[in-house]
Amino acid sequence: MTEQAAFIRTDLVAPRTAPVKTTGVVGFARERLFNSPLNIMMTVAGAILLWLILVPTVKFLFVDAVWTGSDRNACLEANVGRVVGACWPFVQAKFDQFIYGFYPADQRWRVNLTFVLGALLLLPLLIPRAPAKALNSGLFFIAYPVIGFFLLRGGGLKGFAVHWIADLGSGLALSFQEAGGRLASTATAGAPGQVISFLGRLVGWIGDGLALLAWPLAWLRDYIERFHSPLWADFIATAIIVSLLMFVLTGGVRNGWRALFTSIAIFAGTAVVIAVMGLDRGGLPIVDTRAWGGLLVTLVVSVTGIVASMPVGMALALGRRSTIPLIRVFSIAFIEFWRGVPLITVLFFATYMLPLFLPGNFTVDGLVRVLIGIALFAGAYNAEVIRGGLQAVPRGQPEAASALGLSYWKTTGLIVMPQALRHVIPGLVNSFIALFKDTTLVLIVAIFDLLGQLRASFADPNWATPTTLFTGFAFTGIIYFVFCFGMSRYSLFVERRLNAHKNV
Amino acid sequence: MADAPRKPPLRLVARLRRTLGGQAGWAGVVIQILFVAAVVWIGYEIVENARANLQAQRIASGFGFLSNTASFAVSQALIPFSESDTYARVFVVGLLNTLLVSIVGIAIATIIGVAVALGRLSPNWLLARISGGYVELIRNLPLLFQILFWYLAVLATLPNPRQSISLLGSVFLSNRGLVVPNPVPQPSFGVFAVAIAVGIVASLVMRSYARHQLFAKGEKLTIWPFALATLIGLPALAAVMFGAPVKFDMPELKGFNFAGGARVLPEFAALTIALSTYTAAFIAEIVRAGIQSVPKGQMEAGASLGLTRGQTLRQVVIPQAMRVILPPLTNQYLNLTKNSSLAVAIGYPDLFSVFAGTALSQTGQAVEIIALTMGVYLLLSLVTSAIMSFYGWRLNRSLAA
Repeated sequence: MTEQAAFIRTDLVAPRTAPVKTTGVVGFARERLFNSPLNIMMTVAGAILLWLILVPTVKFLFVDAVWTGSDRNACLEANVGRVVGACWPFVQAKFDQFIYGFYPADQRWRVNLTFVLGALLLLPLLIPRAPAKALNSGLFFIAYPVIGFFLLRGGGLKGFAVHWIADLGSGLALSFQEAGGRLASTATAGAPGQVISFLGRLVGWIGDGLALLAWPLAWLRDYIERFHSPLWADFIATAIIVSLLMFVLTGGVRNGWRALFTSIAIFAGTAVVIAVMGLDRGGLPIVDTRAWGGLLVTLVVSVTGIVASMPVGMALALGRRSTIPLIRVFSIAFIEFWRGVPLITVLFFATYMLPLFLPGNFTVDGLVRVLIGIALFAGAYNAEVIRGGLQAVPRGQPEAASALGLSYWKTTGLIVMPQALRHVIPGLVNSFIALFKDTTLVLIVAIFDLLGQLRASFADPNWATPTTLFTGFAFTGIIYFVFCFGMSRYSLFVERRLNAHKNV
Repeated sequence: MADAPRKPPLRLVARLRRTLGGQAGWAGVVIQILFVAAVVWIGYEIVENARANLQAQRIASGFGFLSNTASFAVSQALIPFSESDTYARVFVVGLLNTLLVSIVGIAIATIIGVAVALGRLSPNWLLARISGGYVELIRNLPLLFQILFWYLAVLATLPNPRQSISLLGSVFLSNRGLVVPNPVPQPSFGVFAVAIAVGIVASLVMRSYARHQLFAKGEKLTIWPFALATLIGLPALAAVMFGAPVKFDMPELKGFNFAGGARVLPEFAALTIALSTYTAAFIAEIVRAGIQSVPKGQMEAGASLGLTRGQTLRQVVIPQAMRVILPPLTNQYLNLTKNSSLAVAIGYPDLFSVFAGTALSQTGQAVEIIALTMGVYLLLSLVTSAIMSFYGWRLNRSLAA
């Protein structure tokens, strides 16, 4: 014990200096801003840059801004007596134009209702925990576009599925018969002529066969026409036929009544919509798409583009991975073509060339033409994104499915595609952001979306002030930024959620 | 009784089935026949309708219009162009303007993009935040919005030529665009150009020799002073011996506008600024992701071998990052080229705006003109991606060596 005591020191150790602080504001500044001469220089340069950008921006938008007024005089420096920043009365005066374009003022509730419906359907779809995803997405991707169409454009229905399919079938049969006849009549003497004439007759026979197939439907259509309300008669006929078909195709009594009930429920829902919107009585007054504009057009074009490009993209992605040679080659050529040209040439193509390709008596609305172009263009981009997802699905998954005896379509639809789409949600959201930004290009083919309305509003001499331009750009810029930034944050959130299991 | 063993199918038939129909076999063949029939039918309808519609509208078809006189002026032409020239020449003028804006845009976008990426990766918190803010802001605003902003809001509100902003007394910035001294080639320009070319070739030869020495003997040769000497010395020598290669035509304010000098159109400036800043935001993200994809251990390994930080970056990290960066970077270059067609919104005379815009409205030959324009962009895309994949192939080869 005594030996040990000899090692006990008698004097105090001099206190060490406190360690350099690495937490808190001071530590943070020391660590990340001022730890070396170069870093100090960069910090100073950054601070100056930030000062030069932020201060004038805040001053312009808030401090020097004019908030009320009725015309340009409110925003002129001579009248205000100081430096004038943003001219917010200009935005107030043009606000309706920015949102609705020239949509008739008494009908704008329809636009608002469409926006609200869309938001109500979209929100639960975006929240991962919300229940009934299948029903919700069905409503959003199938029912909502139809309802939105009748809400925004107006107009009613004259016939239903029986009517349309009968028309389509007899039209197809007729064009086959015509083409066959023409081919047969061009035939000349000799062996090649005989082959051509035989081919022509063959095509004609196919047409005859199609006509024979379409005949019962055509008869049903003509019978329905004689009812007091052809639409409802057609609707009931369609409901009965489709429900019975669903019932039989899903295995009848053996597999339970579920398919029948689903089908009847869908038709009942459709009937309610038709009745509520009065589609059988001519519907809402028609608002021509030329009167649409502003944010309305921006949203219509982007939402339609997103919804319509998904099936196009999925089909092309599957086609590109197909083992059937011609289908694969066609898909590759199609995708590469649309991805190799600028969107604006696609829009010009849709605006100027599409009408030439359709029969002379058949006109397509300008907005619809643009929508077709955008759907094909975005579809090609989505196809590549989805293809990445398809490649990420392990090979064992389709192999296991085929070991269980599932067909190609069941394997794809139930096993491969859902997994692939889950993988590529972030990529798809990115391509939707690109699509949303690209909708601005429609202004070049004279469709006035938000940016188009902004540009048109600059021409108004009532509001010609030095700051009008900057105010307008600031306002629309904020709208675009909110939409795009929101989407990109959502995609990050989804990405993190999908990868959650990897980082734990 | 056991089943008799079945004969294997004929080798030839099985192979034929596989080539013609893929995994679907004969069903695949039937699907292909139906598919071709449908495509042929749609194609027939399209051609037939187009013919009928064009006849009804009395629009000529064929490419004969290319040799007709265009009779409109173009505000910027890199080759001599007058109103009596043909549509074919309009096409060439537009194409050259598109190429000019793309090349200048790609160069600036790459510089800004790399700078912003380095800023975002910098240990300095403030710089990283500013770079991040730039990327977020620029990426989330539509490109057309930005082009119109630069053109309508920034460049159009610059002062008129009389009050123009002057830099160094020879560069003037006003609402008529940027006026800079115009270099006029003198007779000795040819010799000067040859001297530059020789300098470049000599430097490349030295570089490849140095690399060879490095890989063969492990000697590290310092070549940059020699390369710099040949690159600057040879042209300087040529200039001293044969006289100055270019003389500058200085701009002067005369009346309400500038005389002399070369004018950069405000449309060109707006388009280039918007395209390069927009694409730079995407390039920055690509470069950042590429650099971050190289494992930290590579840097540490370089340091443990005694390489300096700069050497490790140049010889170890960047070549590996380039492999990740290159394919998406190619896409961004292509996007910039394709996006230059937005020039039509502000009236810069690029291929799309003079050819698919003015020429189309004058001749009405939509099919030919749009097909030709789409074909050019398609070709540009294919050529660019071919060049980039060649570069990628070389890079991979040198990494494998």
